[in-house]
Amino acid sequence: MNAPVVNATAEPKKKLTTSAMIASIASEGQRTVAAPFGKALVEYAADRPEVVGLTADLAKYTDLHLFAQAYPERFHQMGMAEQLLMGAAGGMAKEGLTPFATTYAVFGTRRAYDFIHQVIAEENLNVKICCALPGLTTGYGPSHQATEDLGMMRGIPGLTIVDPCDALDITQAVPQIAAHKGPVYMRLLRGQVPLVLDEIEGYKFELGKAKLLREGNEVLVISSGILTMRALEVAADLAKDNIGVAVLHCPTIKPLDEAAICEAVRYKHRLVVVAENHSVVGGLGEAVASALLRHRVQPAGFQLAGLPDAFLDAGALPTLHDRYGISREVLGQRIKGWLG
Amino acid sequence: MTSRPDTLSALAACAHRIRRYAVRMGDVQGQGYVGQALGYADVLAVAYGHALSLKPDNPEWEGRDRFLLSHGHYAIAHYAALIEAGVIPESELETYGSDDSRLPMSGMASYTPGMEISGGSLGQGLIIGVGMALGLKHKKNPAFVYNSMSDGELDEGSTWEAAMAAAHHRLDNLICLVDINNQQADGPSRQVLGFEPLADKWQAFGWHVQRVDGNDLPAVLNAFDTARTLEEPQPRVILCDTLMGKGVPFLEAREKNHFIRVDPPEWQLALAHLDATAPSGASNARPQGAAA
Repeated sequence: MNAPVVNATAEPKKKLTTSAMIASIASEGQRTVAAPFGKALVEYAADRPEVVGLTADLAKYTDLHLFAQAYPERFHQMGMAEQLLMGAAGGMAKEGLTPFATTYAVFGTRRAYDFIHQVIAEENLNVKICCALPGLTTGYGPSHQATEDLGMMRGIPGLTIVDPCDALDITQAVPQIAAHKGPVYMRLLRGQVPLVLDEIEGYKFELGKAKLLREGNEVLVISSGILTMRALEVAADLAKDNIGVAVLHCPTIKPLDEAAICEAVRYKHRLVVVAENHSVVGGLGEAVASALLRHRVQPAGFQLAGLPDAFLDAGALPTLHDRYGISREVLGQRIKGWLG
Repeated sequence: MTSRPDTLSALAACAHRIRRYAVRMGDVQGQGYVGQALGYADVLAVAYGHALSLKPDNPEWEGRDRFLLSHGHYAIAHYAALIEAGVIPESELETYGSDDSRLPMSGMASYTPGMEISGGSLGQGLIIGVGMALGLKHKKNPAFVYNSMSDGELDEGSTWEAAMAAAHHRLDNLICLVDINNQQADGPSRQVLGFEPLADKWQAFGWHVQRVDGNDLPAVLNAFDTARTLEEPQPRVILCDTLMGKGVPFLEAREKNHFIRVDPPEWQLALAHLDATAPSGASNARPQGAAA
């Protein structure tokens, strides 16, 4: 069930460079908020002296520099040592503090996995791991593309996992993950972060809850992270072709809001698509499929719009999002293709 | 606070009992990391009989010194020390490594009073110690963090990440104990992955270094006191050269004693050796006043 590698549209495009979108995943002209994570953490920590910040030489690139500037005595530079970052965050949590540990998702998960597993999660310590560059949000190639982080982290018992869509999700998630008792892994969007969900009337991020952002009769897209943003764009595009697309946003990957997912799928759309900025192995798609089978909910059609089970190319993000089927244009084409 | 057997003769008796408790736990399983426990007993006697500030009836007392067992397989030695300190009742050693026991074969924080961390994934203790030492400073809590580790853990890169960080952050409340018994799973440590010159390495990383014969009680006692009272704003390491199986000649003589199997009659023989060479006046029962 691997997602096919989809070629870019037939129309020839000017070659882009890897530096395109490097500081922001926002499309041209999109509304953005600068450093929502750093701002939210500074605000939350203002009257909570137990909140501390740690990073592995990536404060500037995870927006933690704002926290460091606001509370230098509560900021701890761990150097480019991710095992140390996670283990020391665990040690600080054992002393009653609430550490926010930041780095890139590849380094935090792949390099420091055993330290998250054994030091933090096994003791249910109150560490908030916030990792930038989730999935395909950099063109640097597999060294920097965390395309399997959700699969790795889902395997850790008791770990809460959050994949926010935009600046609003991040801003509202920070105080909630901080207040949650226990370890959290949050995929972090940094820099100029798109703002999308404020357009959805009444939307609020709630830890552990999936939210139906849009109704639609033919297709249900279940999504997380930036693919929710894409799903909303695709839904708007397909509406022009009279194809109704509903979007169920699942920013909490674990524990998964299975009740909301089963409820949404019971509306009997012709097609259910799980769209995620992650490998089709081990992420939201497989989690949803498992939940539907266990709850005996059978969709008429089911497809995964995730990244292929492959080491992805380096290059410009717009090119790569086209190539791997998660750009607005190509995701829309794929859904239409699946509808037949 | 427990009463302190601060004299050398009292500490020798303390080490003798730690060895006896470990051998008795080994007898429960028929096997285990008894060689390490015998070798490390003198260091643990000084730690729990002299250096550590703790309340046996309240293992989570905020003012306690934190003792992290990074080498989780030394749990048998640590349980023996916790029995000696009055944190765990002596009768519980009969449950060592059994189903539903609080004393699993590898140390875990959620199972055992006084077990600060879940060690065993080697090379994690010193890193956790860095975080706890930073956390204590943040809280202005003057307690020490002791990280106890094996020489095998010197192979782990994380140990050296922690060593750099502890010096960088001037963690003078962190004391690392390294048990150098030259035995790892695949053979002598120096053959598995050489680590000498070890004192120079730690010194180069910015630590205050002492290297002592870990079975020489006066030397160990002096090293602990030096580490605790030093004024330099740097972390401290005590490198302890120890003899595996110390106190039981037929175990000392074994070449492969990382994980020993002992025939049933030999456990009694081991206890008999320990008792025959016990320090004068040493009782096999814990002295009153240090009771749990």
